[in-house]
Amino acid sequence: MTRGPAAPPRTIWHALETVRDPELDEPITSLGFVASCTVSADGDARIRLRLPTYFCAPNFAYLMVADAYEAAAGTPGVRSVQVVLEDHFAADAINAGVAAQAGFVASFDGEAVAELHELRAAFLRKAVLAGTDLVCRPLLAAGTAPGRLRQLTLGDVPPSRELARLRRRRAELGLPSGDDAPLLIDPETGDRVGAEAVPLHLRRARVTRAGIEANTSICSGMLRHRYPAGR
Amino acid sequence: MYEKNGEKYFIVDTHTHYWNAAPDNWVPGAEQYAKGWIECFHAYQSLGPGETHWPIEKFQKYSEDDLMKDVFEDGHADVAIFQPTYLKEWYKEGFNTTERNALLAEKHPGKFLCNTRWDPRDGDEGLEHLRRNVERFGSKGVKLYTAEWNAGSRGWKLTDPAAYRYLEACQELGIKNIHVHKGPTIWPLDKDAFDVSDVDHAATDFPELNFIVEHVGLPRIEDFCFMATQEPNVYAGLAVVIGGLMHARPRFFAKVMGELLFWVGEDKMLFGSDYAIWEPKWQVEGFVDWQMPDTEEFSDYPRMTTASKKKMLGLNAAKLYDIQVPAEFLVPAQAGEPAAREDAQLVDDRSQQPVAGT
Repeated sequence: MTRGPAAPPRTIWHALETVRDPELDEPITSLGFVASCTVSADGDARIRLRLPTYFCAPNFAYLMVADAYEAAAGTPGVRSVQVVLEDHFAADAINAGVAAQAGFVASFDGEAVAELHELRAAFLRKAVLAGTDLVCRPLLAAGTAPGRLRQLTLGDVPPSRELARLRRRRAELGLPSGDDAPLLIDPETGDRVGAEAVPLHLRRARVTRAGIEANTSICSGMLRHRYPAGR
Repeated sequence: MYEKNGEKYFIVDTHTHYWNAAPDNWVPGAEQYAKGWIECFHAYQSLGPGETHWPIEKFQKYSEDDLMKDVFEDGHADVAIFQPTYLKEWYKEGFNTTERNALLAEKHPGKFLCNTRWDPRDGDEGLEHLRRNVERFGSKGVKLYTAEWNAGSRGWKLTDPAAYRYLEACQELGIKNIHVHKGPTIWPLDKDAFDVSDVDHAATDFPELNFIVEHVGLPRIEDFCFMATQEPNVYAGLAVVIGGLMHARPRFFAKVMGELLFWVGEDKMLFGSDYAIWEPKWQVEGFVDWQMPDTEEFSDYPRMTTASKKKMLGLNAAKLYDIQVPAEFLVPAQAGEPAAREDAQLVDDRSQQPVAGT
């Protein structure tokens, strides 16, 4: 049997950096959810994932395990992939389902009626709202009037990591993300936000970001308690 | 009561527990869930100050003396409200039942209010049990945990027809306050179990009931806030917000408080320690000392006054539960303007907007 060179762990790690916790909108790598990641000389990738609690929601957990599997499997030089979620009440169903590429409904026989596309999209829309606050806050602080924000396009905003991230999230949802796209859009429809709706839109963006930040704070604190550094 | 700088605070701790999660109470075959549940709670405790952390053995089963000292003697509470959670598939006698709570309430008259609970999947038998509990314990509130596992089902929604039967029964029985606690599972599992839109519908359909969304809908604060502006009978339970963020992440605590003051308003926010997850002493004292940071990042959030704190720490809950508060603790009526009032115009704009999840 012929095979290419084995993928170094660094390549796998970079692949896992593209996998996000859908609720927290952060990579599982920076959140500390990747307990270990190895690749054998033959290209067999073995990834262990861990979460802040035993009872983290099974649908989001499934998405992370399935996304990690796909990211690793798409890495050049990887021959086989095994992703194991540890210390979780639904670990057996999730691990077996992802290994068999069975999908969520088949993995939770009788307990689910649909795959998780709509769930993922709903949380991407939240990420777009939160990202809107991240991009708009510095503009407002620099003196841009809220009403002026709705006239701006993405191309008008100075480049930043936050802007690039907002563009990527919008693109994932199929929302306009090019230079000529309005900065303020309804994340459901993609339409430019109406003038009278701007203040409320910005308030919703702000509270969505605050919610995600609070969740991330709590999850990271719980993870630290569960897996103290060095263990 | 708590006194600081000449100000007196009447304290109602709206969220306390007296649980037994020790191994002798674990259901054989379900030990991993019973253990996982209490370890998860214990991890929450780690977000409080280090000197208030307990070893897991004590955390699994603390004593009556611990509770009376922590909640009343040290924790300043005038009245504490028990919020039961049963979890009988995992804990033999239940995790924290109305009966267990009532043992303490009967021994210490005037100190506790015993809320009870129901589960719409328990049918007619559950309705009968609810009636008996209200009669026996005088419950004026219920705690609902929507992610409880029950005979193969992993959860339920307030909009389920069976739940509406129970809400109707609550009205008949004189239960006014519905505390809603969302958890990680629901049927079907592909839906977001933490979604609070069912509370929105139920609050519209049952305007005489008050719906207190515990831990302010965490992890769905944004959905909760948006819903609470539209429903006059929806309240924010602050358990987990103060305990989980005030010490561990003060900056994010300030942001969440700012959002709650803006969207929900100080008249509809209720302190709850979530004891024994966190001891109330540091929460009450820290909250009284707390001020919104004076930096630009927080400049457009409503400010909090001494009157705001008095309301959140006890007066708001006293109104919901008809608790008599001595005059020395009350705030002048003029101080009763909601903190969010200055932004009322902006909040009113939302009536023209489509609402997510409804």
